[in-house]
Amino acid sequence: MARVSFTQNIQRHIECPPCAVGGDTVRAVLDAVFARNPKARPYILDERGEVRKHMVIFVDGRPIRDRAGMSDAVTESSEVCVMQALSGG
Amino acid sequence: MSDMICVATRKGLFLIERGAGGAEGRWRIVRTAFLGDNVVLAMHDPRDGALYAALSLGHFGGKMHRSMDRGATWEEIGVPEYPEPPGGQSPDLCPMRGTAIPWQLELIWALSPGGRDQPGLLWCGTIPGGLFRSDDRGATWSINEPLWNEPARKQWFGGGYDHPGIHSIIVDPRNPRRIIAGVSCGGVWETLNGGGSWACRADGMSAAYMPPEQANNPAIQDPHIVVASKNHPDSLWAQHHNGIFRSTDGCKSWYEIKEPAVSGFGFACAVHPDNGDTAWFVPAIKDEKRIPVDGKLVVTRTRDGGRSFDVLGEGLPQEHAYDIAYRHALDIDRAGQRLSFGTTTGSLFVSENQGDAWRCVSQHLPPVHCVRFI
Repeated sequence: MARVSFTQNIQRHIECPPCAVGGDTVRAVLDAVFARNPKARPYILDERGEVRKHMVIFVDGRPIRDRAGMSDAVTESSEVCVMQALSGG
Repeated sequence: MSDMICVATRKGLFLIERGAGGAEGRWRIVRTAFLGDNVVLAMHDPRDGALYAALSLGHFGGKMHRSMDRGATWEEIGVPEYPEPPGGQSPDLCPMRGTAIPWQLELIWALSPGGRDQPGLLWCGTIPGGLFRSDDRGATWSINEPLWNEPARKQWFGGGYDHPGIHSIIVDPRNPRRIIAGVSCGGVWETLNGGGSWACRADGMSAAYMPPEQANNPAIQDPHIVVASKNHPDSLWAQHHNGIFRSTDGCKSWYEIKEPAVSGFGFACAVHPDNGDTAWFVPAIKDEKRIPVDGKLVVTRTRDGGRSFDVLGEGLPQEHAYDIAYRHALDIDRAGQRLSFGTTTGSLFVSENQGDAWRCVSQHLPPVHCVRFI
């Protein structure tokens, strides 16, 4: 299962512990995260279901390309990092 | 009279109490919340005592919290979410810049309780121009489609911010189905049927930032704030980008106050709850500069409907002061006796005598967005 971790700053607002979830795309992985932790969703995605303008998601060290559909591939051994973009501070 | 003030700032929320520590007439910070976060708005609901705080988190978006114990503890609630745009519809374009207006919450910019007999009903104005309604004390919100689908909305554009927004909501205490909304830049809008249909009510306003053919178009006016006398709601004031305007007929028509003292430019306005002729402003040099005239921070007050003004500076800095009071940063208490305003430099002032003299509560707050008596 892919391992998912979250920016430390989000923890000031909602509890978002690292977790391991199944899924072969970023969308599937995040859906699994939000099924466990629904409060996290509006902190990471906007009302269109797209990655918030000033958030960035990395898979194995590379920022995802499909910020709207999150179709970027994830493998069983992937590390997914949900980070802040420096632009929004 | 109100003994507590809620102050929303760029870096947190502050609760200020009168007489804290035993000193009569002294106001002190007694509680803080959301330190480090951008709190853009606060609202007190007199129907149930709830306090609401709207946050704009740079990375995580707009958030809303409610407190039932005067700010001691907070619970996160829902925020307005724009609906999915209809399939096949081309995006609305900003009439000035030709860029698409997003169907996404950018900023929570106005909050108001519904009527006394509408428990749980809240209204929320936002950038980029949506008005939202909650029937469950902010847990869930839905957009007011008649105003969002109003064809004239396509004329609205941003003033200061990139996109237009609703910053003022007035619910008529005599008839809560009558609601007035102030829009930058989109004029003043009124519904008489609880939001079922809307009409633009900015006749008489004029805009020097537009070419002559457009200057009197009601739907492009930039009232920075619209306020009504609480107990005489047909008496309204607007601090507009180009001057001070008044309506005495429930916003059917507006007229400009000629040559108000100090300057006609500013953002904030307060009206006496029992006397619509009495109003307060915090003037500044007009839009090119946006600093106090001659470096003197003053409040102006009219008691005769704008025919004359008192210039009130006692207790306020009178040299090298560069404070601006934002549109939600001036408030009057329900008795009409105490006023408070906060500024961009992090100063907070209180008057207990309708502005005749002011006391500085703090000079070291973060930039102040909103001041509300509780």
